[in-house]
Amino acid sequence: MVGILEDKDRIFTNLYGFQDWGLEGAKKRGAWNATPDMLAHGRDWVINQIKNSGLRGRGGAGFGTGLKWSFMPKEVKDRPHYLVVNADESEPGTCKDREIMRHDPHLLIEGCLIASFAMQANACYIYIRGEYVREREVLEAAVKQAYEAKLIGKNNVHGWDFDLYIHHGGGAYICGEETALLESLEGKKGQPRLKPPFPAGAGLYGCPTTVNNVESIAVVGTILRRGADWFAGFGRPNNTGTKLMCVSGHVERPCNIEESMSIPLRQLLEDHCGGIRGGWGNLKAIIPGGSSVAMIPAEQCETALMDFDSLRELRSGLGTAAVIVMDKSTDLVKAIARLAYFYKHESCGQCTPCREGTGWMWRVMERMATGEAEMKEIDLLLDVASQVEGHTICALGDAAAWPIQGLFRHFRPEVEDRITRYRIGRPHVQGVTLTAAE
Amino acid sequence: MSVRRLAKDQPASFTFSAATLKQVKWWLTKYPAARKQSAVLPILWLVQKQEGWVCEPAIRQIAEMLDMPVIRVLEVATFYTMIQLEPVGKVALIQVCGTTPCMLRGANDLMKVCKDKIGAKDKLSADGAFTWQEVECLGACSNAPMAQINDYFYEDLTPETLAQIIDDFKAGKAPKAGSYAGRHSSEPTGAITSLTDPALYDGSKAAKLTLPNLPEAEPA
Repeated sequence: MVGILEDKDRIFTNLYGFQDWGLEGAKKRGAWNATPDMLAHGRDWVINQIKNSGLRGRGGAGFGTGLKWSFMPKEVKDRPHYLVVNADESEPGTCKDREIMRHDPHLLIEGCLIASFAMQANACYIYIRGEYVREREVLEAAVKQAYEAKLIGKNNVHGWDFDLYIHHGGGAYICGEETALLESLEGKKGQPRLKPPFPAGAGLYGCPTTVNNVESIAVVGTILRRGADWFAGFGRPNNTGTKLMCVSGHVERPCNIEESMSIPLRQLLEDHCGGIRGGWGNLKAIIPGGSSVAMIPAEQCETALMDFDSLRELRSGLGTAAVIVMDKSTDLVKAIARLAYFYKHESCGQCTPCREGTGWMWRVMERMATGEAEMKEIDLLLDVASQVEGHTICALGDAAAWPIQGLFRHFRPEVEDRITRYRIGRPHVQGVTLTAAE
Repeated sequence: MSVRRLAKDQPASFTFSAATLKQVKWWLTKYPAARKQSAVLPILWLVQKQEGWVCEPAIRQIAEMLDMPVIRVLEVATFYTMIQLEPVGKVALIQVCGTTPCMLRGANDLMKVCKDKIGAKDKLSADGAFTWQEVECLGACSNAPMAQINDYFYEDLTPETLAQIIDDFKAGKAPKAGSYAGRHSSEPTGAITSLTDPALYDGSKAAKLTLPNLPEAEPA
């Protein structure tokens, strides 16, 4: 058998778009089946099922989805409740939500209805990144189908008045941070808010709001249909379920694939992606969870499992399960310098450590990539990275620091070697003073 | 942060076309009446669709339309990098993804093709037809390297296929979006490993079912 997960247990049965994404096709594949029954059993049943399934947020942080839902106020008072779906997928390496939106949009719409019902929200916004034009067109068309079939909207067949709106962004990575997303949705610059208050207390338009990732919401319908214990049966305890994984970089066949959580990283790459370009021995390092987590070197990739706990033990993370593979031909310093540029470009500019630090770290990384640096600058760089980390409102500062820390944790000699080589034949390097012997 | 400024040469005025206005109205229905500011980004995008870029008179008009101070609209227009603040190529705006997953699979070679065929990065070509830019991760990493041309994604590119695409645009053709490595979307090329069980698609999943884990019936 290839991989761990069998076809019968896959949630996203139109992941590659070979089937009809429309309402008829989606219904045939099981979407919208028994949805009225789910709502009939009440919101506590829904939330408990999601809690029991062990579903953890699929957007990177991995917070328990059912638990998050239970933070919403129990009763609707003077302010309406909102569900906001975070479809601002822009973590480098990640391309899973895109496939859900353009190929299985009805699973997402169904999930929005169920989640909104569970949190007593009558309106939901899906915030999709602006560059996903095709995906937005499909999603809008699917929403229209659902309205016309009276699956959502006022007086729909489910008996829970529910409006679903699609909103789009403008190409800012930071809007994937939930409070920046809310600011952007309110028509402002996407700069994260200080917490507290948390969105469950005061989110969109000052109303109780929950922000969930596309994948977290899209799996809800199937979990309720198949049962929490079915979903919890995949992966290790505390890391349960199935997960969309995105593989990019130096593998024979890069792809998106739905697999069981806790699948060994090596098995994932060899079974589904044809292995590393040039064989497993040609592997140098892997970034296992999107650009914001630290890389792990080849020897750790042998034993790593694709789940939250295993990768955390390796001082990396599962993040969005976006696996970026780098073989021995890769210039790791350059690869990380490019990520440093990404964070410099995407910093919103609100907090000084991040605004100034990301630019500074990028400039130093570019010099290290050519070797035009001093040995002591490595420690200075790590010192600055640790001062950016944890000293900003949102996690972008941390995300900018981690890839650099990961590089030096495992490949420091490579950078040192490059600095030394740069000096061969150059007795005088800028910034260094050589004193002539008396 | 990226520093972005308005273009030096600005037109004297801006008018919404009837088609754009119709779409603006539709967008405004999505938000509570007192929160129409929410529509600012979609409206900026519509203006860009109409004109190719966003000029200062348009920013003033949007501010008036949404009862916002002009500075707030200006702030949004300069913050979001998808909003073009200078005129771009009328035939094609080519945005090559340059972030690490694409870089690993050859995005730098794509940018070289753009440079040879069109000219300097971020500059309108001499005939006003093309602009190319390097942008950050576009979220199609399993189909790297890729570029967004006008609205759609061109994936699994090589220097040769990209050169052909640019030539096609130059010749007035409309090359199709999607993968250029012969795959449908993001499945493993030529060796699909999942979703092959016909039982997934025979309609059996739509059969009536009883939900598992229902609450126990109340004892009578």
